[in-house]
Amino acid sequence: MPITYYIFLAVIIFCIGVTGVLTRRNSIIVFMCIELMLNAVNLLLVAFSKLHHQRMLVLDAANVTAGTESQLFVFFIMVVAAAEVSVGLAIIVMMYRAVHSVDINFLNRLKN
Amino acid sequence: MDKSQLMFWFLSALAVFSSLMVITRKNPVYSVLFLIITFFAISGHYVLMNAQFLAIVNIIVYAGAIMVLFLFVLMLMNLNKESEQQKNKYLLWSGAIAGGMLMVIMIAALNTTEPAVVNQPGAGDIGLIKNLGTKLFTEYVVPFEISSILFLSAMVGAVVLGKKGD
Repeated sequence: MPITYYIFLAVIIFCIGVTGVLTRRNSIIVFMCIELMLNAVNLLLVAFSKLHHQRMLVLDAANVTAGTESQLFVFFIMVVAAAEVSVGLAIIVMMYRAVHSVDINFLNRLKN
Repeated sequence: MDKSQLMFWFLSALAVFSSLMVITRKNPVYSVLFLIITFFAISGHYVLMNAQFLAIVNIIVYAGAIMVLFLFVLMLMNLNKESEQQKNKYLLWSGAIAGGMLMVIMIAALNTTEPAVVNQPGAGDIGLIKNLGTKLFTEYVVPFEISSILFLSAMVGAVVLGKKGD
């Protein structure tokens, strides 16, 4: 597959996520759209890792670990996403207790 | 068209379709379920690109842990009904148009006539645990430890925020 196909797929998924953030009001769905964007980026990183690995193998057959870094970056992105989700959902639960709604418009008065 | 190309198109169509469903469904529970399908499709892409470890981690962490967290929160708040009142129609359309324009512009900017080709399944075992683990625990051990601190602070933050009554 040409790398542009992967780029297009990642761009399409990313933009679907952006559109979701802009159009939805339910804050949990907005949060899910952020996850969608993170996953699009992960997909692109893995595709470029594979491409880089191939290229480096052609240049130097002994270099079998080229491209590992970006897969580790994907790993760290997943770590950060997991931490972010736990804190974000706790904030949403707190907001729901305060105003009995998860509408994004209520987020401007998080206190009380 | 060989098997891996067929898989690529199938998984891409599945990912795009289900991510569209995520943002169009009224009921948040359906959105979560479609998001899980999207994550499975993306894991399939990882397998096609020889990133087996990431494929498994993606399923375990995203589809297994994060989405269960989302579902629990939805169920706890009893939000599995279609309660979202519609936003101003102009805002809805302007959001959709803005997202679409971003997509068109990025695709137009990144389109090249002679792209490099990614060999699907192909050679290389950089996606295996041995390789990734060696790199993670030698060169990237400091970020690894920092991420454990991040998790600790996230855990404390979640507990403090989620505690009932101040």
